[in-house]
Amino acid sequence: MVDQSKLAQESNRNLRAKDKESEKEKKNPHHVMIFGASSGIALEFARPFADRKARFTLIARDEDKLKDISADLYTRGAKNVAIVCYSLDALEGSYAATKEIIKQTEAPDTVLIAHGILGDNDALMKSPQAMDLLFRVNVLSPIGILMALEEAMGERKRGTIAVISSVAGDRGRASNFAYGSTKSAISEFTSGLRARLLPKGVFVLTVKPGMVATAMTEHLPRSPLMASPKKVSRDIIKAISQKTPVLYTPSFWRLIMFIIRHLPEFIFSRLKF
Amino acid sequence: MPTHSWGRIKGQEKDSKILHWRKDAFALSQWTGPVLAYGLGRSYGDSCLINGGTLIQTSQLNKFRHFDPETGRLSCEAGLSIEDLLKFSVPRGWFIPVSPGTKYVTMGGAIANDVHGKNHHRRGTIGCHIIDLELMRSNGEHLQCSLQQEEALFRATIGGLGLTGLILSCTIQLIPIESPYIDAEMIKTTGLGEFFEIDRTSDQDYEYTVSWIDCMAKGDQRGRGVFIRGNHAKGGDLRSYSKQKSPLITMPIDAPEFTLNRFTIKAFNEAYYHKQFSKLKMVRQGFDPFFYPLDAVGNWNRIYGKKGLLQYQCTVPTNKVEDLKQLFDRIERSGQGSFLAVLKRFGNIASPGMMSYPSEGYTLALDFRNQGRKSIELFHELDKIVIRAGGKLYPAKDALMSALTFQTAYPQWKEFERYIDPKFQSMFWERVSTRG
Repeated sequence: MVDQSKLAQESNRNLRAKDKESEKEKKNPHHVMIFGASSGIALEFARPFADRKARFTLIARDEDKLKDISADLYTRGAKNVAIVCYSLDALEGSYAATKEIIKQTEAPDTVLIAHGILGDNDALMKSPQAMDLLFRVNVLSPIGILMALEEAMGERKRGTIAVISSVAGDRGRASNFAYGSTKSAISEFTSGLRARLLPKGVFVLTVKPGMVATAMTEHLPRSPLMASPKKVSRDIIKAISQKTPVLYTPSFWRLIMFIIRHLPEFIFSRLKF
Repeated sequence: MPTHSWGRIKGQEKDSKILHWRKDAFALSQWTGPVLAYGLGRSYGDSCLINGGTLIQTSQLNKFRHFDPETGRLSCEAGLSIEDLLKFSVPRGWFIPVSPGTKYVTMGGAIANDVHGKNHHRRGTIGCHIIDLELMRSNGEHLQCSLQQEEALFRATIGGLGLTGLILSCTIQLIPIESPYIDAEMIKTTGLGEFFEIDRTSDQDYEYTVSWIDCMAKGDQRGRGVFIRGNHAKGGDLRSYSKQKSPLITMPIDAPEFTLNRFTIKAFNEAYYHKQFSKLKMVRQGFDPFFYPLDAVGNWNRIYGKKGLLQYQCTVPTNKVEDLKQLFDRIERSGQGSFLAVLKRFGNIASPGMMSYPSEGYTLALDFRNQGRKSIELFHELDKIVIRAGGKLYPAKDALMSALTFQTAYPQWKEFERYIDPKFQSMFWERVSTRG
């Protein structure tokens, strides 16, 4: 618990204290590592850290996108931005890649795992290849990454790992249970990992956003329930500094999902939403 | 959901597409046309709207590209808003060289309309400060345009109403500031005569000048108003300024039709004029209330009700003061009060923009509630006075001018047409480019 409070102070200092960059931070800036760095939430998450002169390791498939993000973060004040083009779609590959990245860039202070595919449930049910890819990208790859991170960060005994799950993982609904079940796996995996890493001083945060207005949801009609990536990323940063273990963002989803989880099955199974 | 312009004109697009990355636009040649870029929708009329085809939403294309703290040159993507630009630049001691009346404008939109501000007499339009811009054309050309390369296309794109291709990014020269505050002076004026006099003597010493005019005042009160002038404050802490929470309040719904009528407008103007007792008031205020007073009310256009508002902004040459007075007469006689009337003198700094609106003379901006037929009639009467005086209307604000009015005021439109990307179209251009 001593380590926990030390960590809280550290992230507070990095994110909140105005212009008091300690000598230590100058020499050894806060290291932020983002998997799926080109996702809508990832960029907004990274920006406040860049303002505070952090250094970054960004992992995503597309080099052009990574270069544009890196330009933005450098301009805002990032000390260093390392980009890694890698397709995060397998357990062993993601595990090995993460180990290699950590070897070259050192263990991170803050990690965000943000990659994922949404997919259309009906189409997924008709395509074994698409279903396989969904589970590889959304479940197996994050697990590989988390396994590698557990080793490296557990050794150093500090840091935060935030993983983007979803409210869809709270209960399998008729319209998107394929995606929902991948996120359910992530919620449960991170729940256990949180308990396992707690004594080692590493904090694991499970992020459960509702619908977020990003490229992933562009084909869906905009609704008042849809949050901006900026709002979601602000909530994540706050949850990191306050050590909220499971974050529903925006917060009204906590209540909605509480109700949905507690609906009796004979009613729930008749709902087609 | 169809898009609206700020004056609540409805877009007729078939489809819309959000641009997240510059590289998304590299496939422009494969998209089905027509297309048009749409930023934050602050254009009042129909210049940001399209009839059929696809609206390309650019406000997510908002990343910085590069900043040189020595020279104050900033490169950014075209969807970056002036709000986000200032959040970045002010603590670093730099300010946007030219600012329109709202910060909810994208850089791409600012270039496409070659926007002006309260310092036109000192710094010209924003186009005078654009060093280069990145343009994607539907024939697959991906160009860096500046005065040194692709000069013609650079000039056509500044003030080119988004028709010359898709602006992806730009580099702008910022101006250094010592403080986030403005030292402002408000001077009550008794009539247009006094306005001209103060205006003449303020040019030299004030970066920003503008005047609010009470167009409801009659008799010997006619033309009274408040002359506002200011300079960036000297010294002080760049970070001391806690920026205005944006917006402070928001209009949740359209106000009912009767909210703005002759009496409430008169009362507002009366109150605004008399809010200041003394002849001269000096204040040090943050840049937000000085430049963007209306941004404090989110969706303020809803005050005008469901039918929206019509803006009328025109310029008449400096030597046509009589015509300017006639405009005021005509508005007064129509009984259609303008809620906010703003008068400013443009200086003689030429913009590189081929179709740029500002030119030396007096510019008058008026807000009217959209009253259909009645408004159209008044506007056409005003058009006649403006055209006769050799003046012109501002496309970014216009929803009603005829093709003839436009083509008379902008004789270079034919030459400009050669630079229009064939895949780009807007409701405004369809309206004003008809022949006959």
